[in-house]
Amino acid sequence: METLKLIGAIIVLLGSIFLFLGALGLVRMPDLFNRIQAGTKASTLGTMLTLLGIILLNPDWTGKLVILILFVLITNPISSHVLARAAHFRKIKLSDKTIIDQLADDGVEEKDDINNSKE
Amino acid sequence: MKIKSFFIITIVLFSVWVLLNNSYEPVLLIIGAAVSILIALIFCTKCSVFSQIKLSPKSLFYSIAYLFVFMIELIKSNLDVAIRVISPKLPINPGIVKVKTVLNTELGRMILANSITLTPGTLSVDIRDEYIYVHWINVEGKDIETATNSIVKKFEKYLKEIYG
Repeated sequence: METLKLIGAIIVLLGSIFLFLGALGLVRMPDLFNRIQAGTKASTLGTMLTLLGIILLNPDWTGKLVILILFVLITNPISSHVLARAAHFRKIKLSDKTIIDQLADDGVEEKDDINNSKE
Repeated sequence: MKIKSFFIITIVLFSVWVLLNNSYEPVLLIIGAAVSILIALIFCTKCSVFSQIKLSPKSLFYSIAYLFVFMIELIKSNLDVAIRVISPKLPINPGIVKVKTVLNTELGRMILANSITLTPGTLSVDIRDEYIYVHWINVEGKDIETATNSIVKKFEKYLKEIYG
């Protein structure tokens, strides 16, 4: 029982390290898209590991925590995708390091802008 | 088609019920099953969300295999981002590239886009028909084929079996 708790605590610690790295990424990355990259990935695994650790610490809550893990796994990528898409529509500047922007090059967004303004 | 949708939604609702209750008393299970079937009957007589999933032993096997591949990619992705964030020089080489998918169904494309977002250094920004625009933190090739090969190929062979 004690070892299980120890393992759980270590996993929670590991999760919080990933969450910390995600926060560090938000500060260090140069532009919005790279920040979303750091934020999404680190927070997904960080949250999952933290919740897994809590499962080991508190086996009674397993069902609810499993639902939380699935929820985070499904909603996190969707929210970050929507943020990135909206940012690109608003023509937020990409960092100077960016070497290619195929979405702007294809010009598919301009058509949408015209359609939206008609409505 | 509708029966399959109804069946899957009932199963999903019932498993959420069991997980939330965290007990296996017969009374609770019966109530849960009745309510799940009722909700599915009321709200899912016309829905077609899950009608694109293929239900067969093969697709079940591929689903489980996909889950494992996905978990490994997720962990790799996190280590990758962590290393990039920690290293003092900040080794990034970002750009938005276009990839092509062979999946035809909407649900399959959605799962693929979500998987892309959670794998190493990639973030799906937009979907236009069969093209997905991906923000890549370390661009390895600007043309469609190179990007497709290194971003979506590893998932597609599984998703193709599950969603067609």
